[in-house]
Amino acid sequence: MTTTDVAMHMSDGIVNAPTSLIFGVISIVIVGYAAVRARADLDDRTAPMAGLVTAFVFAVQMINFPILPGASGHLLGGALVAILVGPWVGTLCITIVLVVQALLFADGGLTALGTNVFNMAIIGVFVGWGVARALRGLARRSRGRLLATAFVAAFVNTVVASLGFVLQYAIGGAAGATTGTVFALMVGFHALIGIGEGVITAATVGAVAAVRPDLVHLLRTAPRDAPATAVRGEGSSA
Amino acid sequence: MGAGHSHPLYLPGVSVVHRLPAEVKIVAAFLTVLCVVATPREAFWAFGGYLLLLAAVWVAARIPPGWMARRALIEAPFVVLAILLPFTGPDPRFDWAGMSLSHTGVLGAWNILAKGTLGVLTSLTLAATTPMRDLLLGLQRLRAPALVLTIATLMLRYADVIAGEARRMRLARIARGHDPRFLWQAGATARGIGSLFVRSYERGERVHLAMLSRGWTGTMPTTGAPAAARAQWIAALAVPAVAAALAVAGMMTT
Repeated sequence: MTTTDVAMHMSDGIVNAPTSLIFGVISIVIVGYAAVRARADLDDRTAPMAGLVTAFVFAVQMINFPILPGASGHLLGGALVAILVGPWVGTLCITIVLVVQALLFADGGLTALGTNVFNMAIIGVFVGWGVARALRGLARRSRGRLLATAFVAAFVNTVVASLGFVLQYAIGGAAGATTGTVFALMVGFHALIGIGEGVITAATVGAVAAVRPDLVHLLRTAPRDAPATAVRGEGSSA
Repeated sequence: MGAGHSHPLYLPGVSVVHRLPAEVKIVAAFLTVLCVVATPREAFWAFGGYLLLLAAVWVAARIPPGWMARRALIEAPFVVLAILLPFTGPDPRFDWAGMSLSHTGVLGAWNILAKGTLGVLTSLTLAATTPMRDLLLGLQRLRAPALVLTIATLMLRYADVIAGEARRMRLARIARGHDPRFLWQAGATARGIGSLFVRSYERGERVHLAMLSRGWTGTMPTTGAPAAARAQWIAALAVPAVAAALAVAGMMTT
């Protein structure tokens, strides 16, 4: 069975040069601000952990999950990192993954980097975080509700991130389809991907919460405990 | 493999292009693709010009065209998806607002195909001639925040390790008869991703302790490679200069 990998990485030439540049500048400003804010979440002590979380996102994007027979998608991870490490560090992680993919693996165009970062690292992470944050009271109550929160956050994040693409296409689209067509296509497609993203995100957050609840940023109340001395959960996960 | 010092698209060499500092190459590649993207799609000859320009860089870098073509082909699904977008996307009953599918659709597809392919080829040229460590140094010289660089360095060092772990977990699942076809069968994959996160994070904790015991101060030590000289900037920026000339000529003629 041949499978089609559905990725959201835009190539060069999908939107015109001015739009690419505008979104590049917007992305640089927001990611720069995220780097400043992330410093409050991370001291030099925890920067290596953020590096490993980024490596994790990178590895996870190589794992495909089935959507329908013949089509598979891979995790974008916006809501996942937002829930696990918080929005500022999460934005940095996804941005770094996208930059490395563009520079070292020719995945996603160089001029499309600004738009890709805007859609996946900024909209994706912050929408995911916003939804998760709004439902935090619910998520703290039970495991089932935490999973539901993660699912909804990931689903909304995927669909809204695809709206980012529709916005960029409406501003400076270079192909021959109308904005309405692109809107229907992208939202329909990403609603499907979003279900997969939601299921995987929920299960992943659930697995982490079962073993190391102290690692789930969303559930954290007080300033974090030293992770090295955190109490382990009962046994290891599957 | 290689403890994160190389990456799969790197082609070792000692050519002029390989020796250029990474920051110069990143800027030159970005500006070149920007010119490509800014070129009007009707200026067909200009895209041929860009291809010749890249071919000249490959000659200078001693990259065999076949090597480049094979790797560009790997990226093909992603370009094909872009071409299919205007064709497969709209429902037949969907009103195309009076636009002729045969004309605008084909031009749009050509636009994405030509620019996307040239973009991939440019990125491949950059990746083929720049080792990972130089790339990080280049980003540092381009004033990326120190925290971002620390995270990126560790990410690149450990991406192979974590990806290897993910691969072993997948093999273990397959060996136990895992063959997911539908979304509701993704549970085992998801639990695997969860334990991968916990393992990555705990590895991060161990790595951090190991770094502290070796005198980690909070920033990456800089390595010796010298910063770009003016002559190197001029040599590398000649490429986007030619590209800009092509882009302007393309705009004038259409």
